[in-house]
Amino acid sequence: MTDRTLVLVGTSKGAFILESDAARRAWAIRGPLCDGWPVHDISVEPGTNALLAGAGSPWFGPAVWRSEDLGETWTHSSEGLTYGDDGPKVTTVWNVTAGLDGIYAGVEPAGLFRSTDRGRSWTHVEGLTNHPSRPEWGPGAGGLILHTIVPHPTDDARMWVGISAVGVFETQDAGATWDTRNKGVRAEFNPDNRFPEFGQCVHKLVMAAGGGERLYQQNHCGVYRSTDGGAQWEEITGDLPTDFGFVMTAHPRDPMTVWTIPLTDPEQGRLMPGGAAAVWRTHDGGDTWVRAGEGLPEEHAYVGVLREAMAHDTLDPVGVYFGTSTGQLYASADEGRTWSRIADNLPPIWSVEAVAVE
Amino acid sequence: MSDAARPAVVHLPRSLAGLFPGAERTMGATGATVLDIVRDLDTRVPGLANRVLDAGPSIRRHLNVFVDGELAVLDTPVRPGATVHVIAAVSGG
Repeated sequence: MTDRTLVLVGTSKGAFILESDAARRAWAIRGPLCDGWPVHDISVEPGTNALLAGAGSPWFGPAVWRSEDLGETWTHSSEGLTYGDDGPKVTTVWNVTAGLDGIYAGVEPAGLFRSTDRGRSWTHVEGLTNHPSRPEWGPGAGGLILHTIVPHPTDDARMWVGISAVGVFETQDAGATWDTRNKGVRAEFNPDNRFPEFGQCVHKLVMAAGGGERLYQQNHCGVYRSTDGGAQWEEITGDLPTDFGFVMTAHPRDPMTVWTIPLTDPEQGRLMPGGAAAVWRTHDGGDTWVRAGEGLPEEHAYVGVLREAMAHDTLDPVGVYFGTSTGQLYASADEGRTWSRIADNLPPIWSVEAVAVE
Repeated sequence: MSDAARPAVVHLPRSLAGLFPGAERTMGATGATVLDIVRDLDTRVPGLANRVLDAGPSIRRHLNVFVDGELAVLDTPVRPGATVHVIAAVSGG
């Protein structure tokens, strides 16, 4: 029985929480939380329903914030969130995700940290930083950032991460060693080799329901699926209006349903095409795409959506949510078919997460 | 209390003290240098050093520390009874 549905919003000026019941028609909002810090990501720790916010303050540095009362009170820590006194300075936490064996944080400059004490202290996952390709990693437009962490649902030795302008990596030995997972993914900005081993600009990587081998990704250069844990990718951009976009979220029960929001090319503003807001979804694993704009602004909507700013809940029907870089938050209670605006005038939205709790 | 043992008086910005429930904006601290002062404060306000210090260690880029009115670095000496201000720099938008 779901009593509360929470939408967790990270913005450039703090976190916000919108709350409704299972019907998801009326929403109450509270915030700014996390003392107004820039928040790149908020996630929920399974089992405890603790909220975890990845953040970085220009004044006070990076931290993972934690709330054990659904956002009423927070603590924060960056103990151990460092490459050492001689290493590069960690500026911000871009992603925080609970795995089977702890909590993981992806940071800028790109690297992975693990906490086994619920976020109180952190240890560098050196195996990723020690990958032979590391000296050649270069930043994308958003920086050299590890922005996506996808733990395997049942195997605590396996995990995937996404790094902008570097690509996807997988570990099968709990982080000791990592392999690139970019075969079949285009890198159009690399004319000498459009299919390098690494250097692809992954924007968001998601795992389909029910297994652990089916992955999808929204890339700088198209949309892709993999049915073998990322060993090989197949482009499914198909009839989407553009091959650029940031967000992607996968249905919690149907492995063939994924939502994305195509945007115009970076050189053309990274906006929803034609000034008409729309969310696209597939129900057949990316063979075909369906556009949904009902309830969204259909004209003069010059809005963008950043990489972490789309999410789904686990209700039936599934609720889908996205936030814009100009502070509007939209929700669908019917699996992305119709939409309504549930908040406006927020700071630039950087992340959206949703959770249903009793 | 001998003069040599007098603590420095450290003033923290509201945005820093506010991160730690119960922390005062003005606190006494002992130490021979700014780094010692920060570490002494951290014993009573765990986590404060991580908010003030970056890797290196160094003072975070958008914080300034003044000792008796003079801009300081981590190894700047702090005399007994000195006045130390931690100031959030004018930055951001």
